[in-house]
Amino acid sequence: MSSRRLFRRRDGSPEGLRALPSQGGAPTGSVPLGGRRPVVVLRSVSKTYSTGAIEVNALRRVSLRVEAGDFVAIMGASGSGKSTMMNIIGCLDVPTRGHYWLEGVDVRQLEDSDLSRIRNRKIGFVFQNYNLIPRTTALANVELALAYGGVKAKERHARAMGALCQVGLEDRSHHLPSEMSGGQQQRVAIARALVTNPALILADEPTGNLDTASSHEVMAIFSRLNAEGRTVVIITHEPDIASFASRVVRLRDGQIYEDSRIVPVHSETRMEEREAPPGTMAVSGDLGGGAT
Amino acid sequence: MSVFDNLRVAIGGISSNKLRSVLTTLGVLIGVAAVIILVAVGTGSSQAVESRINQLGTNTLTVFNTGRFGRGAFSGGTQTQEATLTIADVNALDNPNNAPDVKSVSPVVTTSETATYGAESYTTTVEGSTPSYLSAEDYTVQAGSAISSQDVTSHAQVVDIGSDVASNLFTTGENPLGATIMIGSTNFEVIGVLASKGTSGLTDQDAVAIAPYTAVEDHLTGYAQSFSELIVQGRSSSTLNLAEAEVENILAAQNDTTVADLPFEVLNQATLLSTVQSTSSTFTVLLGAVAAISLLVGGIGVMNIMLVTVTERTHEIGIRKAIGAPKSAILAQFLFEAVLLSLIGGTVGVAIGVIGSRFKIVGVQPVIAPYSIVLAFCVSIAVGVFFGFYPANRAASLRPIDALRYE
Repeated sequence: MSSRRLFRRRDGSPEGLRALPSQGGAPTGSVPLGGRRPVVVLRSVSKTYSTGAIEVNALRRVSLRVEAGDFVAIMGASGSGKSTMMNIIGCLDVPTRGHYWLEGVDVRQLEDSDLSRIRNRKIGFVFQNYNLIPRTTALANVELALAYGGVKAKERHARAMGALCQVGLEDRSHHLPSEMSGGQQQRVAIARALVTNPALILADEPTGNLDTASSHEVMAIFSRLNAEGRTVVIITHEPDIASFASRVVRLRDGQIYEDSRIVPVHSETRMEEREAPPGTMAVSGDLGGGAT
Repeated sequence: MSVFDNLRVAIGGISSNKLRSVLTTLGVLIGVAAVIILVAVGTGSSQAVESRINQLGTNTLTVFNTGRFGRGAFSGGTQTQEATLTIADVNALDNPNNAPDVKSVSPVVTTSETATYGAESYTTTVEGSTPSYLSAEDYTVQAGSAISSQDVTSHAQVVDIGSDVASNLFTTGENPLGATIMIGSTNFEVIGVLASKGTSGLTDQDAVAIAPYTAVEDHLTGYAQSFSELIVQGRSSSTLNLAEAEVENILAAQNDTTVADLPFEVLNQATLLSTVQSTSSTFTVLLGAVAAISLLVGGIGVMNIMLVTVTERTHEIGIRKAIGAPKSAILAQFLFEAVLLSLIGGTVGVAIGVIGSRFKIVGVQPVIAPYSIVLAFCVSIAVGVFFGFYPANRAASLRPIDALRYE
C-alpha cells in the first residue's frame, strides 16, 4: 500500500503530505478561527493503557489546537497525562479514541512507516536526557535526522552546520556527546530538532537535567526560534520554564483544566536577542554546569 | 540512508566493542578456515592415493589366485587340486587373436630374500617375471639395461635392482652394474638399476629385485608350474574393461569353468581407482561437513552477539526511531553490522585457510580446492545475513516509545 494513499484524509480528499489543511478539512475545535493555520489539532483524544487487569485512562477526551507560531507550555503534575500527550503529539504513539491532525494529516490512519516519516519531516524532538546517539559527533547527530529524510551528504553537512550555528555550537561540531556539558548536549539536540525544518518543535522537559543557567540558555533558544516563527510545544512541570511560553495548557487527571495565553516574562530578553545577528547569540560565560 | 551511511554506522557499531567483535569474528573465521583446510586435506589425500595407484602401473589388470579350488576340483571325488596360474594361461592370454585388447602379459613369481654383497645385506622382494613387467608396472631403468626375453629363455641369473637395494648394498658408492650379488644362496649379476618410484601404500616399491622368472623358479622358489600373479597390460585405459572381459573368458576356458566360478580374481586398476576416488570424495565431504558445522556455530555466535547488541542499544534505536528512522533503516543498520562481522571473519578465514593449507597435516599435503574457498566465503556471508536478520528485525520492530523508555 503506498504511503501516498495513506496520507489521504478520511473524507477521501486527495491531499498529499504537503497539503495545507483547509478550514473545512481539519476541525477547529473550540478555538476560534484565527488567521493562522493550525499545526496540531487534537479532538476528543483518549488514551487508555491496559496494564494487566487495570485500565488506565491516561488521557480523557482532550481537545487542543496549536497554531503555527504558537509557543505552548503543557504543564501538569506527574501522572497528569502530559507524557502521553507528548507521545501522541510526537507521533510516537497513537490515540485509542479521537482524532489527531498534524498539519491536516490524520495520524490515526497512518502506518508505522508513515509515522516515522512524519516524525522525521514534521516534528523535531528535544528530550529531557538529550538523547544524542553516543560515540557520534555533534555534527553526525544533527546530520542523522537529515540522513533518515534522504538528504544527500553534501547538503546534509551544510544544513547541519547551519543548525549548529543557530544554537551557537559550530565550534563543537566534532565533539562527542561525552565531551560536552549537559547544556551543550541539549543545544545539539535542539539543532537536530530544527535541522529538518519541522512544523513543530516538541520538547519534553528540556531543562529537567540542567542547572538554572543552562536552562535559561536553552529556553532563550526556544524563545528565539519561536520569535523566528517556529511552532514550539514544551512539556514541563516548572512554572519558571513555562513562563517563557505565550500560552500555558494545564493538565490534570488526563484532562485540560486550564488553557490561557500569557505574556512571556522574558520578552525583553527575547527582544534583545532578536536584534543580535544569528549565530552570535551563544550565551557568554561558562556553558557547562549541566548534568554531565 | 545510503549504503555508505549504513556501512559507516555498522563500522562504528563494531568498533565500539572491539574485543567482542574480534571474538565473534573468530567463530566465523575458524569455520571458514576449517572448511578450506579440511577440504584441502581431503583433496590432498585422495590425490595422494590416486597417484599411488597410478604408480602401480598404467592400464593394468592384476590376475591373482583367490585360493578357491578349480580345474576339476570336485570331479575326482577325493583329490582336489588348487587352481594355479600357469605358463599355458600366460600363452593363451598373450594372443592378439583371442585377446586383442591385451598388450602384454607378465607372469610374476614373488618371494622375499636376503640379498648380500660383501658385508652388506638387505632383505628385498624378489620378483621373477618377463621384460614386459617393467613397463606394465611403470618401472624405468635408470642405469644399465632391463632383463630381456633372451635372459628369460636362457634362465640367466641377472637382476635389475631397485634404488633402495642398490643404496643398501653398495654403500661405498661402488657402481652396482656388473657386480655379482647373492640373493638367497644364488649369485645374480646386476645388469640394471631402477629409478626410484617411492612407496605404494605400505610397500616400498624401491626395495625390489627383478629377475627372469625362469631363474627365480630355478634357484629361489622352486619350479612349481604356477605364478603368484599375472600382470596384464591393456592397450589403453578406455579398452581396459574389454581386456578384463577377454582375460576372464580365456582363463575360464583354460580352466574348464565359467567366468562366475573363475578361481582367479581379476583386479581392474581403473575400477580400483574409481572405488578409491568415490571413497575419498565421501571422506572429503565428511570433512567438509564437520567444518561446515563449525561455520554454523560461528554463525550462531554472530546471532548471539547481535541480540546482545540490539538489547544494549535499545535506547539508541528508540532515539533513531523518534527522529524518523524508518523500519528499513534500523533493519539495514543491524544487518550490515552482522554481515560485516561475518564478512571480516570470512575474509581472514580464507587467508588463514590458504596459509594453513601450505603445511603438511598428518602426513598429507593439502591441495586447496578453489570451490571450497568460494563456498566457504559465500556461506560465511549468507550466515551473516541469515543469523543477522532475526536480531535486526527485532530491533526494527521495536516500538519507539518502548525503546526510548528502555535504559
